[in-house]
Amino acid sequence: MRGRLPRLLAQAALVAGAVVFAYPFVWMALATLKPEAEISALNPLPSRWTAESYRLVFETIPLGRAFWNSVLVTGLVTTLALVFGSVTAYALARLSWRGREAAFALILFTMMVPFLVLLIPLYTLVVGFGWTDSYAGLVVPFMMNATAVLILRQHFLSLPQGLIDAARIDGAGEVRILFQIVWPLSVPALVTAGIIVFIGSWNEVLWPLLVVRDEAMMTMPQMVTLFAVGGGAESRLGPQLAAALLLALPVILAYAAFQRRFVESLATTGLKG
Amino acid sequence: MPAELPTVDSAERVAVAATLAPDAGAAPSASGGRPGRAARDWRGPLLAAPYFVHLAVFFGYPLVFALVLVFHRWDLVTPMEWVGLGNLARLVADDLFARAMLNTGLFLLIHIPLQIVVALFFAELLNKRLPGQGFFRAIYFLPVVVSGVVVTILFAQLFAFDSGYVNRVLVALGGERVPWLVSPAWAMPAIALVATWKNVGLYVLLFLAGLQNIPAPLYEAAEVEGASRWQTWWLVTLPLLNPHMVTVVVLSTIGGFSLFVEPYVLTGGGPLNSTLSGLLYIYNQAFTFNHMGYAATLGLAFALLILVVVLVQRRVVEAEAT
Repeated sequence: MRGRLPRLLAQAALVAGAVVFAYPFVWMALATLKPEAEISALNPLPSRWTAESYRLVFETIPLGRAFWNSVLVTGLVTTLALVFGSVTAYALARLSWRGREAAFALILFTMMVPFLVLLIPLYTLVVGFGWTDSYAGLVVPFMMNATAVLILRQHFLSLPQGLIDAARIDGAGEVRILFQIVWPLSVPALVTAGIIVFIGSWNEVLWPLLVVRDEAMMTMPQMVTLFAVGGGAESRLGPQLAAALLLALPVILAYAAFQRRFVESLATTGLKG
Repeated sequence: MPAELPTVDSAERVAVAATLAPDAGAAPSASGGRPGRAARDWRGPLLAAPYFVHLAVFFGYPLVFALVLVFHRWDLVTPMEWVGLGNLARLVADDLFARAMLNTGLFLLIHIPLQIVVALFFAELLNKRLPGQGFFRAIYFLPVVVSGVVVTILFAQLFAFDSGYVNRVLVALGGERVPWLVSPAWAMPAIALVATWKNVGLYVLLFLAGLQNIPAPLYEAAEVEGASRWQTWWLVTLPLLNPHMVTVVVLSTIGGFSLFVEPYVLTGGGPLNSTLSGLLYIYNQAFTFNHMGYAATLGLAFALLILVVVLVQRRVVEAEAT
């Protein structure tokens, strides 16, 4: 930029953009702390601060239980995707075997098939297994993640072969090499893959809507959606917004802590949250 | 050598050994790794086996079963019934299927250009490296990480007709209320606006990466040739951003066909089916009417449509660049 004026204009536009993207969240947070009657007022600040909306949420729906379900499901999916993803990626990157290239091509192919195609047959399969209203139905179909394999494979390829050879001479087995030597050197790739799986799993709403009907088994996004759509909130806005904010909070906190990693992870894969 | 546990100590020794080894840091061969001893040959398939067993059950089987379902009627309870090409015949005559395609087309027509213009605008601004660049980048990206459910519940209130905050502000500024979610003409554009607001941060980053990769000598050459700033942008910057343009168009298209939470929460597909999306229609067929065969047929049809649209788009966008 040459002139001072264009610089100032650019800076102003950046600030305006920040308002457009951040203000709705600020407005939402303030609205959850207002009395119901004030939510549609022009002034975003409450005349009187109250936690009434949150009290109503916890009175109407077992959101604590849904939070626990989500933590368990997302935790399991992320852990399993990283463990099995690493084992698979290690086999694809550091061991040579017949059919390895074809196996890798197959994994890439699975990433290109839209989930639209699999949704119905996968649902009927899970019904056939008797996994509706169960953690198995929420976790098992997603415990392997092709994106995680891809990220980890690319990273494992970059490690020096001498490292692995030396461990083999020391008599270490491949699984031990993977978890005790390769893993400590792969923390950034594991974090990247972990964030992608975590975000996708935590925010997933369509699949739980299909396989879970029992309120005790519902995940948090599902329960919040049904609360807003299904009339549980009795068209009161405060509780709907409060439930939505509680759903967003864990992700926002994780994002605040690992902001740079989040941005880089999601931008490299072009995945939508 | 005894097979003792490699402790942290021995891991360090290994790392030292690696740096001393003649091929330390050498890039692995193109095929990745080095052929191990023949005795290790079974380890690869063994380690990869769990993944591929899972893939066979939860990807391979559903993929094949989707093709089987196309020729059947099934409500999950009574036995499957062979209907031949019945589902396809129904698809061709289905007004709601046509409606969902039309709605998706309208969504993409608004969403894609808007997304590209807004993303390019903010990417250019961030590329000027003004103070607070990292902070602004983080803020623009915030809606991308937050659940679509949160965003839609938020906008259901912001876009409400009578008491919505956006209409309140419009009226306070002397404007008129916009029937965002209640009129068939406005509902899909409103959803496209919400989707753009939620996703654009990702594309800002993609374009920003593209801008930062453009070699400076190209700009210097343009300046020497006496090109105006606008000409430079049009003739140098834009063509070099083409690969990112393709990514944005393709990802937005797939997103448009898979639109679900936004219409489900904001409009339920209404008013008058004006926001019925492909995925929402499949959901209704499968779980309101228990038409598993027809729902699977719809899934395949939309997937094929995505493929065709994306191939055409790639041709068009890439032809623009040359």
